[in-house]
Amino acid sequence: MSWEWFHRLGSPRWFYEKTTAWLPWLGATCVIMLVGGAIWGLGFTPEDAKQGNSFRIIYVHVPSSILAMAGYYVMAIAGAIGLIWKMKLSFVVMRSAATIGAGLTFLSLFTGAVWGMPTWGTWWEWDARIMFTFILLLLYLGIIVLHEANPSKDAADKVCAILALVGTVNVPIIYKSVDWWYSLHQPATIKVTDESTIAASMAYPLIVMIVAYYLTYSWALILHVRAEILLRERKTRWVQDLVAEK
Amino acid sequence: MTTKQHSAVLTAPLPSLGTLFASAFAREWVIAFRNRADLANPLLFFFSILMFIPLGVSPDPKVLGAIAPGIIWTVALLATLLSLDRLFVGDYEDGGLEQMLASGQPMFWLVLAKIIVHWLVTGLPLTLLSPLLGVMMSLPGEGYMALVVSLAIGTFVLSLIGAIGAALTVTLRKGGLLLSLIIMPLYVPVLVFGATAVTASIDGVPIAGHIAVIGAMLAISLVLAPAATAGALKINLRH
Repeated sequence: MSWEWFHRLGSPRWFYEKTTAWLPWLGATCVIMLVGGAIWGLGFTPEDAKQGNSFRIIYVHVPSSILAMAGYYVMAIAGAIGLIWKMKLSFVVMRSAATIGAGLTFLSLFTGAVWGMPTWGTWWEWDARIMFTFILLLLYLGIIVLHEANPSKDAADKVCAILALVGTVNVPIIYKSVDWWYSLHQPATIKVTDESTIAASMAYPLIVMIVAYYLTYSWALILHVRAEILLRERKTRWVQDLVAEK
Repeated sequence: MTTKQHSAVLTAPLPSLGTLFASAFAREWVIAFRNRADLANPLLFFFSILMFIPLGVSPDPKVLGAIAPGIIWTVALLATLLSLDRLFVGDYEDGGLEQMLASGQPMFWLVLAKIIVHWLVTGLPLTLLSPLLGVMMSLPGEGYMALVVSLAIGTFVLSLIGAIGAALTVTLRKGGLLLSLIIMPLYVPVLVFGATAVTASIDGVPIAGHIAVIGAMLAISLVLAPAATAGALKINLRH
């Protein structure tokens, strides 16, 4: 097997030029799936027996929570790859994942609060999962702050990668928190191995939304990485040529 | 420590790991006791912050007793954070850290010696004085043993995890505040299990499970934290 693609992947310029062609297709797919999934979920699913119409926020809340946690692994793994193979591009992905992850975590907490008010009668509860998601937000923000504080960007990349790796211990705790501490937050209803406890008519649009969120996440990540590449490589010839062209 | 002793410790030709660890430990120990003010600060902070709780919340023994486990644990955590700021800064400023890196000795053991001394001069005194705080905070009698045991193990975990943050921020000018920001989220599990161990003990529930979890955290962080700390120091000093 040829490893050439892997080495080329490390080049910011190669990445930038390659993704230019992908972006319109990826963007169009994301918009279609997000709009389609939202219309299906919000308009065509039956009302929940206990929660009425308020359950429909799961089509935003659940995918953003999943991506908030998955995004942490994206960030930590990108950081680890950067530390081990000294790939420039990997650190750019790590830094971009931190910003997007912080946004998604905030979205998850916010939509959770909006859902909590009609169903639990409270905006905020010191429930284990909410608390650990809040910690996840702090971890993301800590990485952003640490990166911004370090004057040497090279050192900033590496120390943030270490912090990202150390912080991974918290993610499984968030994931299992609904099972370990049984409180207000409902336990997982979609299961991979057991039978799901969510009705199929509600589950299918949710799955569409989760896939749409994954795609949108990668779209946003690529866009952020491209912007970050231009910023970091602004002194190179190819970026200056690119800017001059436009 | 004089320059002569300093160089004798750090440039000796390839000592065994035991000798290396012992001399690094001795060095840290001497330095800690030369800075008496730094030694007393976390303890004074520990006691003075406690004064605000009865004044700000309520002096009623029932109220205080109910919140005492969490409050004592939180204050211990803050006192540890306060002292972590200085863990590597002194050695960074006088070039000692660079000497350690240049000596070619395994940083893991040098860092571990530093962390153990840090725990011995902050976490351990806090633990030993915590029953006194329990009395001031009207902690119910069943909670004392759990408080001391959970703090003894837990503060060591706090020192180990905190050292990572101290190493990550050692070169930054406003490292202290940043250190607290990035380390706090990692302290949450320790605080949760530590404080609930004390509460459980007051409620008459067996606490072996809680203590075992904190012990597991200690085992994991004892292996991983010095490695992460050493890695962060190497990165920060090469730039």
